[in-house]
Amino acid sequence: MNTMTAVNTESSISIRDLTLNFGAVQVLKRMDLEVAPGEFIVLLGPSGCGKSTLLNCIAGLLDITDGQIWIKGKNVTWAEPSERGIGMVFQSYALYPQMTVRGNMSFGLKNQKMPQAEIDARVARAAEILQIQPLLDRKPGALSGGQRQRVAIGRALVRDVDVFLFDEPLSNLDAKLRSELRVEIKRLHNKLNNTMVYVTHDQIEALTLADRIAVMRGGVIQQLDEPQTIYNRPANLFVAGFIGSPSMNFIHGAVKGGKFYAEGIVVDLAGYEGGALIDRPKAILGLRPEHLTVTNTAVAGKTIAATVEIDENLGADSLLWLKAGDNQISVRIPVEDRLNAGTSVHLEVDMSKASIFDAETEARV
Amino acid sequence: MADTGISSSSGARGAPGSVATQATLPIARKPSRLFRNLASKIALVPMILTVLVIFVGCTIWTVVHSFTSSKLLPKLDFVGLAQYERLWGNDRWMVSIKNLAVYGTCSMIFSLVIGFTLAALLDRKIRFENTFRTIILYPFALSFIVTGLVWQWILNPDFGIEKVVRDLGFESFVFDPLHSDQFVIYGILIAGLWQGTGLVMCLMLAGIRGIDEDIWKASRIEGIPVWKTYVQIIIPMIRPVIVTSVVLIASGIVKVYDLVVAQTSGGPGTSSQMPALYVMDRMFKDQNLAQGFAASTMMLVAVAIILIPWAYLEFGGKKSRG
Ligand SMILES: Nc1ncnc2c1ncn2[C@@H]1O[C@H](COP(=O)(O)OP(=O)(O)O)[C@@H](O)[C@H]1O
Ligand SMILES: [Mg+2]
Repeated sequence: MNTMTAVNTESSISIRDLTLNFGAVQVLKRMDLEVAPGEFIVLLGPSGCGKSTLLNCIAGLLDITDGQIWIKGKNVTWAEPSERGIGMVFQSYALYPQMTVRGNMSFGLKNQKMPQAEIDARVARAAEILQIQPLLDRKPGALSGGQRQRVAIGRALVRDVDVFLFDEPLSNLDAKLRSELRVEIKRLHNKLNNTMVYVTHDQIEALTLADRIAVMRGGVIQQLDEPQTIYNRPANLFVAGFIGSPSMNFIHGAVKGGKFYAEGIVVDLAGYEGGALIDRPKAILGLRPEHLTVTNTAVAGKTIAATVEIDENLGADSLLWLKAGDNQISVRIPVEDRLNAGTSVHLEVDMSKASIFDAETEARV
Repeated sequence: MADTGISSSSGARGAPGSVATQATLPIARKPSRLFRNLASKIALVPMILTVLVIFVGCTIWTVVHSFTSSKLLPKLDFVGLAQYERLWGNDRWMVSIKNLAVYGTCSMIFSLVIGFTLAALLDRKIRFENTFRTIILYPFALSFIVTGLVWQWILNPDFGIEKVVRDLGFESFVFDPLHSDQFVIYGILIAGLWQGTGLVMCLMLAGIRGIDEDIWKASRIEGIPVWKTYVQIIIPMIRPVIVTSVVLIASGIVKVYDLVVAQTSGGPGTSSQMPALYVMDRMFKDQNLAQGFAASTMMLVAVAIILIPWAYLEFGGKKSRG
């Protein structure tokens, strides 16, 4: 059993040793998470890793199997969702279709027997922040997806709570609307400065919105860090592969005497930012496509010889697929520097941005 | 869009004059509406004929003969509204109208309320849901005759509820609705509800289950009590299911006949008469066809008065909505 001594009363949300089972399946495994007041936390992970489950536990929509949840210094582990001081926004909007936008936003408040003047004031303020004043008397059926999601956010906003929970709020929208509303959510957070927990499987949303990202897999948080750290220093192979598009290049080899050896490749590891480089018979060198540069001159220990296979034009830049020995490597280059297939080049490695993983534990060295 | 603009501006579609202009444009022209989905239209012809001949034809035939004095056999000697005057001067008919009103009102209200309540309870993810659902739906699989007989026994004072309660020690307990002028209609109502609510419950349950789970989550977060969520959010969302249930219940009410036959045959006296029973009795017991036809025409008119405005509201107003 866990002790209550360590609960951090400074945190906005504090999750201690949380376990949740669905029948015999353990979906969340002894999870700990501290969210500071005003922080924007993104839960990121592949589908089915337990993100929504964790969010529903925080909201009180699921009864947890073990552990504690504290919100604003109060133990809410067994409190009703409505007593937790949270607002929630869902992927499917979950608006009440027979009520107008105004009705949707005021229904919960009316139910609390709040004075009508106060309700009107709150609805007006939320509508102004979200710029949905012209829609107030329409029904959800007459709104576009983006407008509906604004209304759903408005419904959470009028509750005047400290914690907002979002469950993939943008996943049902098309790409353009998604990026618009993403910016809007960021703006909302800057304005209100309340705690937000945001679930997504979209790494762009995570990287752009989050103060800190919690990357999850199989009900376990793999890494909880600022976006830049997650990107540059992924804690393990899973995080490294999940974040970044196109994905990080992984080269299997060995570390010996401060050098990385793979078939046809020898790279000097001087300048690596991480732990001590003891010899490892099995290691993986991770290089992001944007951290490699194409040169014509070979420098022993600093460059990798490779042959161009495909050059993909991505518009803003170009993605070069090369072959170095057995390894397929992708490199991001400026569009003007496009190269023909078959050209032999050398790739310069920026060792300060590289990652080395232990092939056994998959953890970053 | 431009293609259809050309073909429709070049005169009537499919008219000989337009063939020349069409020929210069190797574009498939919009087929005539008559020939679109031709195969399905052909397939529908027998059904349409059946409906027209049997349903509409027989209805007209019945209505026409209700203005005659046909007895055992139909004959066309018109007597004006004489049959209708007799009908509305007849005590039995008046009793059956009153009974239908009581039975119909109660049956509609209780079927909907009980059906929805059971569905809402089942929706709360109880254990043995399948078992309960089967038990509650089971009576629907029985014919009205069987239901009527079963409830005749249950309500029979000699070996039904009254006997059981008396055996428990309450010697003066009386429960004999089927032999009471006043309460017999409620005896029939109980049997009707027992048989009919299962289906209503299943319809409602399907409707409730079809609702996005996030709606429930949203209402829980807002602290809206469960019953209020059902009444104010879920019921409006399952409106189509409720409309279907209302139509099914209403058609059951108008047709209630076998239940009365099996339980009371209209008795005691005439106190459990129903319009459908009146029709059958006049036509086949009294061999007074025209009187039976007049009664059934009145039933048709009553149904039409209810159905036509409803159908207009439900289907006709679509375009003006939104
Ligand atoms: N009500 C439930 N009963 C049983 N298993 C569930 C239930 N809800 C979710 N799960 C399982 O829990 C895991 C995590 O689900 P979820 O939290 O929805 O994932 P996601 O990260 O995609 O939001 C999945 O494997 C899912 O199959
Ligand atoms: Mg999810």
